[in-house]
Amino acid sequence: MSARLVTFTLDGRLYGVDVNAVQEVLRGQPQTRIPLAPDTVSGLINLRGQVMSAVELRARLGLPDRQVDQEPMLVVVRVAGETIALLVDTIGAVMDVDDDQFELPPDTLAGPAREFLFGAYKLDNQLLLALDVDRAAAA
Amino acid sequence: MDEIVQEFLVESHENLDQLDRDLVALEREPGSRDLLGSIFRTIHTIKGTSGFLAFGKLESVTHVGENLLARLRDGKMSMTPRTTDVLLAMVDTVRDLLSAIEQQGNEGDADVSAVVEQITALLEGNEPALEVVPAAVVDAAAVEPVEAVTVEPVVPEPVAEVPAPVAVPVVEAVPDATTPVAEHPEEPTTRRSVADSSIRVDVDLLDTLMQLVGELVLTRNQIVRQAGDQRDVELSRSAQRLNLIASELQEGVMKTRMQPIDNLWAKLPRVVRDLGAHCGKQVTLSMVGKETELDRSLLEAVKDPLTHLVRNAVDHGLETPEVRAAAGKPAEGVLTLRAYHEGGQVVVEVSDDGAGIDADRIAAKALDRGLRTAGQLAQMTPTDVLQLIFLPGFSTAAAVTNVSGRGVGMDVVKTNIEGIGGTIEVESVVGRGTTCRLRIPLTLAIVPALTVECAGDRYAIPQLSLLELVALDADRAAHAVEDVNGASVYRLRGSLLPLVRLTDVLGVESDRSDGHVLIAVLQAEGKRFGLVIDRVLSTEEIVVKPLGSQLKAIGTYSGATILGDGRVALILDVQALARRVLNMDALDQEDDAGEDSRAAGGENLRLLVAGLGEGRKVAIPLSSVTRLENFDRSALERVGNREVVQYRGGILPVVRLNNYYGVMSDRDGEELVVVIYTVGDRSVALVVDEIVDIVDEVTEFHDEVTDHGVLGSTLVRDRIVEVLDVRAAIMSADPTFYTDHEMPELLEAM
Repeated sequence: MSARLVTFTLDGRLYGVDVNAVQEVLRGQPQTRIPLAPDTVSGLINLRGQVMSAVELRARLGLPDRQVDQEPMLVVVRVAGETIALLVDTIGAVMDVDDDQFELPPDTLAGPAREFLFGAYKLDNQLLLALDVDRAAAA
Repeated sequence: MDEIVQEFLVESHENLDQLDRDLVALEREPGSRDLLGSIFRTIHTIKGTSGFLAFGKLESVTHVGENLLARLRDGKMSMTPRTTDVLLAMVDTVRDLLSAIEQQGNEGDADVSAVVEQITALLEGNEPALEVVPAAVVDAAAVEPVEAVTVEPVVPEPVAEVPAPVAVPVVEAVPDATTPVAEHPEEPTTRRSVADSSIRVDVDLLDTLMQLVGELVLTRNQIVRQAGDQRDVELSRSAQRLNLIASELQEGVMKTRMQPIDNLWAKLPRVVRDLGAHCGKQVTLSMVGKETELDRSLLEAVKDPLTHLVRNAVDHGLETPEVRAAAGKPAEGVLTLRAYHEGGQVVVEVSDDGAGIDADRIAAKALDRGLRTAGQLAQMTPTDVLQLIFLPGFSTAAAVTNVSGRGVGMDVVKTNIEGIGGTIEVESVVGRGTTCRLRIPLTLAIVPALTVECAGDRYAIPQLSLLELVALDADRAAHAVEDVNGASVYRLRGSLLPLVRLTDVLGVESDRSDGHVLIAVLQAEGKRFGLVIDRVLSTEEIVVKPLGSQLKAIGTYSGATILGDGRVALILDVQALARRVLNMDALDQEDDAGEDSRAAGGENLRLLVAGLGEGRKVAIPLSSVTRLENFDRSALERVGNREVVQYRGGILPVVRLNNYYGVMSDRDGEELVVVIYTVGDRSVALVVDEIVDIVDEVTEFHDEVTDHGVLGSTLVRDRIVEVLDVRAAIMSADPTFYTDHEMPELLEAM
């Protein structure tokens, strides 16, 4: 069994989401801020006439905020009938990974990340963290 | 023609086209079970429906055809050119019968026995040498006027596998057959057939179209705005034209999503019948305006509230036959559903001619449940009192029945209706009946809205809840926005309008520092309040886009929209906003009943409640209070033994109410809280400790508790408050104050 993941980076780490969940990948778009919204929802984006929420994955995973001058990239995913844009740092390649490379998250992993990660694929030079996109994008 | 027959025709025409394709394909691959199965199913469907609709000839033809196809499908017979011919002949016959039905409303007088015989012969295994002339048989008959013939239906033999309603008599076809066919000889050519004049469209496709139109509307807004900025006549002319076309297109596409309300009502006769039987009531249901159309999505949203209202009317509204007879009414109650368009909205009424709702009983109940105080109730008109049934926690049913008393009250109905931007009201005449009136927007997808700016962000406010806009420049704003102990109010045509700052609600910082104040006067939950915003941008048609689930939960936004420049703006949910920020009790009453009744009988007064220190509170009639001010202590000057203050170019006598009442002030700041009290053209400054509240009601004075300087006492929110004898208080400060002016209003009121 193997999986195909769209990869991206967040705070120097490599993450991946199932390619089937990804609609498209694009450059940062103007956002409309939403007062009173949870921190993880950074704003609303108009993608060709469709309004979608932008979820700040850094906030979701408990990572430090992105530097102001760094423009985020968007990974647009379809989750439970909704289209949601995930804000990430940079987009990587689409990678095929094998199940025997996979390992569950270490027991020492705590915090919000544990809830949103399936586990890690051990690549030759680094780890590819598989994101549970359904949970990460949901409220 | 019956709708059901229409539908049958449309469906059958589609099926026949499929059938033709299948049959031709079958010739190429004679053994294909799939094709045979498909053909069999098509014929089977037509047979079933025609039996049901009592088209005997059609049924008999399709019946034998079905038998033949079943054998072919099951491999008991094999395809021969002869079989194909016969099958095609059958399809042609079916087609001719269908067009006869479409044109004449009945099967005409075609003879189908030839085809039936041929098929039967095939089934029995002997092939007659007869040449098939399929179409001609029917064609000739359908066009030539022939004298009425009694149609002898070929009663099909009952087949176990097909439970078609064979027993349906075909007698109805007979009188119809007497209609002279010659009467409409041209019709077949001039009239578009049912199948050609309507098509079936996937709802998703319509939704996509609607979305595209939404985009177009946005682009139009953009272009119209840009054209307005430039002085190009040609461009603005084109923009205008675009504007017009887009509007028409929008209307047209919206129409495609419209469905008659009858789709919803069709279920109600059964509901009413069952419920009537259950409650032992006789009910006639009459429906007016069945054809009134409504957007699909709204139709769905109205379903439950409407059903609830109908159940309510039968269960609580209508009386039992005995009670009705005793009241001199016919034993049978009448429940009327009425729908019509009015001013861009659809109005749906549910009326019964039952016992009606007694406003006094409602008032008593509201009081009992603590939903309103006696004072508030006394100030309300009977119509307003009736609307209390929509309050949460209110149920008029004396006994909880299993019919409508299942915890889902009228408040849920109201919430649902308001959820789709509608309103609901009830009116009733005791003994005559009750009417619930729903007003629903035509569509949800595109709504007119006001776009505003707040802290640099743009928001849309649906026009439906917007009453008016008030703009105050810095000078006016400085004194026009007043303060009731920290709660901002604005005096809108004499009555105080509670103000809510959008920046406060949203927790953002306003970027407006020039002191201008813009107030959008909104109405929600039957109350008014003013929303203070930074800037008003424009009014435009916005396309409502749904929000993701995590944003819906915030409960402040009802959706989002894309503005002319492509940016997203949030749509404020005014109802939710009102519930969120306003203490509903303290809200400004929508109607001006207070003023009206004061003018009429002087029963009610609005009172300003002020604290004086040592826990003592007095009430001052608000009608003569012109302003609330904060003065610096040093602003007070002494003239002789009296204190005065300079105020707007005049000198006002100052009355320290705590001194007057002999209580110690608890206030020791440098600022004085002053109530400017005006009679005629003279004013007096009443110094108080704090402004506590403004109450809307005073119904009875308890005169027993009288004291120095007190006119009486009244109950304000379950606390006793003394009503200031303003006259005496002022006289103590300025004995000449009333020499020219009496206090007619106060005296009357007392």
